[in-house]
Amino acid sequence: MTELSFEKALEELEGIVKKMEEGGLSLNDSLTLFEKGVKLSRFLREELEKTERKIEILLKDEKGKVKAKPFRLEETSSKEGGSDSGDDNDPPF
Amino acid sequence: MSSTTKPEKVYSVREITRLIKLQLENLFPYLCVEGEISDFKRAHSGHIYFTLKDEASQLHAVMWRATAQQVAFELENGLQVICRGALKVYEVRGQYQLMVEAVEPKGKGSLQLAFEQLKEKLRKEGLFDPEIKKKLPLLPKKIGIVTSSKGAAIIDIIRTLERRFAKLNILIFPVKVQGEGAAEEIVEGIDYLSRLTDIDVIIIGRGGGSIEDLWAFNEEKVARAIFRSPIPIISAVGHEIDFTIADFVADIRASTPSGAAEIVIDKKDSFIARIESLEDKMSHCLRYSVQDQKQTVMNLIHNHVFQNFKLRVLNLSQSVDDLETRVKDSIKNMQQQMSEVKSNAFLLEEKAANIMRCMLQNFMAKWEKLSMELHNLSPLNILKKGYTLCWKNGRKHLIRRIEEITKQEKVTVSFYRGEFTCMVEGIDKDKFIESRIKKQ
Repeated sequence: MTELSFEKALEELEGIVKKMEEGGLSLNDSLTLFEKGVKLSRFLREELEKTERKIEILLKDEKGKVKAKPFRLEETSSKEGGSDSGDDNDPPF
Repeated sequence: MSSTTKPEKVYSVREITRLIKLQLENLFPYLCVEGEISDFKRAHSGHIYFTLKDEASQLHAVMWRATAQQVAFELENGLQVICRGALKVYEVRGQYQLMVEAVEPKGKGSLQLAFEQLKEKLRKEGLFDPEIKKKLPLLPKKIGIVTSSKGAAIIDIIRTLERRFAKLNILIFPVKVQGEGAAEEIVEGIDYLSRLTDIDVIIIGRGGGSIEDLWAFNEEKVARAIFRSPIPIISAVGHEIDFTIADFVADIRASTPSGAAEIVIDKKDSFIARIESLEDKMSHCLRYSVQDQKQTVMNLIHNHVFQNFKLRVLNLSQSVDDLETRVKDSIKNMQQQMSEVKSNAFLLEEKAANIMRCMLQNFMAKWEKLSMELHNLSPLNILKKGYTLCWKNGRKHLIRRIEEITKQEKVTVSFYRGEFTCMVEGIDKDKFIESRIKKQ
């Protein structure tokens, strides 16, 4: 099976529902569509669960090479708290 | 006469030009002149030459390269401007001209004009065309952000994103968003992120500010970087009322940074609700299909033309009910399966789904056979062609031969759809249908 994208799958599922709602299908066709639809909805639900939480910031080292480092929101938002450890103040670029 | 008394002073051209230069330049070391630009020329050296004119007069003007580079907007013929500078005499040509040190458009700020000019230029080039806007992915796997790592914008974006979808993959390219070099950094950020293969969408932006603060997002190089990005870009600059060139080139404009976060991904709950609604509709349709099929079969069974097959039909009717229950159970199982999706139980579910499918297919085959049988048995097929059935005794008795009828008897004649009752007026027991057909 070729790689299915989230929007492709959603679009296909919507197409299936539309076809089923239009009616005039034999029970066999309905069932075939239903099975296909179940597969798609499963795929969609899985895609929603697949994502992992990762927030990174790109920083340049002395040689100008860009590297991704974890980014913590707290550091930025609590800046006024005066808890800066020094290297926070370094301009990233 | 006087020429003899006082010898006439004869200047060389150089001398008089030098004198005029001293006088004039002394007189106008600084001045402002308003006029319309004409004969505009930009030399290879980068210096600019033009004529300021009004209805009556013209004044030559020159702007050196260093000054010219500072002008935000595009100087062009016909533009009404106010120039500041000094009057200079160019001795080689004996010309006086205004050496422009600063210029601004008349009636509006130069940034405003620069904005309008660039907007018009890029619009003509097609950078804003709606047809070339890229579609945003529904569920971006990784979101790139080009903004300052220190401002409120980044906090707003990330907080909003996490409220909508707790687990997201975000990559930030921190840049200066105002002042010297900001545009260059923004361009670098866009180019860098748009070259990464795993980024699905890029947000560029900053919080609100004055037109000068937002200026980097009005620069042509930023517009070009947005335009050449193969990855869709959302621009989120300033507040609702602030429009920048970046907003026009971007694939989507968000009114604020948190607005961009709302555009980039829908709430996880909305996704689930949408999928659920589709699942419900599907199940409903399938159930309806089952019901529909059952109704068709039942209609056949209950039709009075089936009197003579009563026993068989009773069996069929039971099978139909049985099948219906089983199909309904299968649907229920499938639904349960759908809602219990967990990525680690893949294999097991796959197996269950396979078994379910086999079962359902089995049911289907049986059912289809059943329908077929019923269909073949049915005299309805023949009735459809225009033939009729005759009954007597209030439709209790199907008349198969002429001997079964007596004169003055009431008979009912059934078409495929509809029937009528009539009185027998005459009987001819020996007439064959063939003779009637021949006569006609």
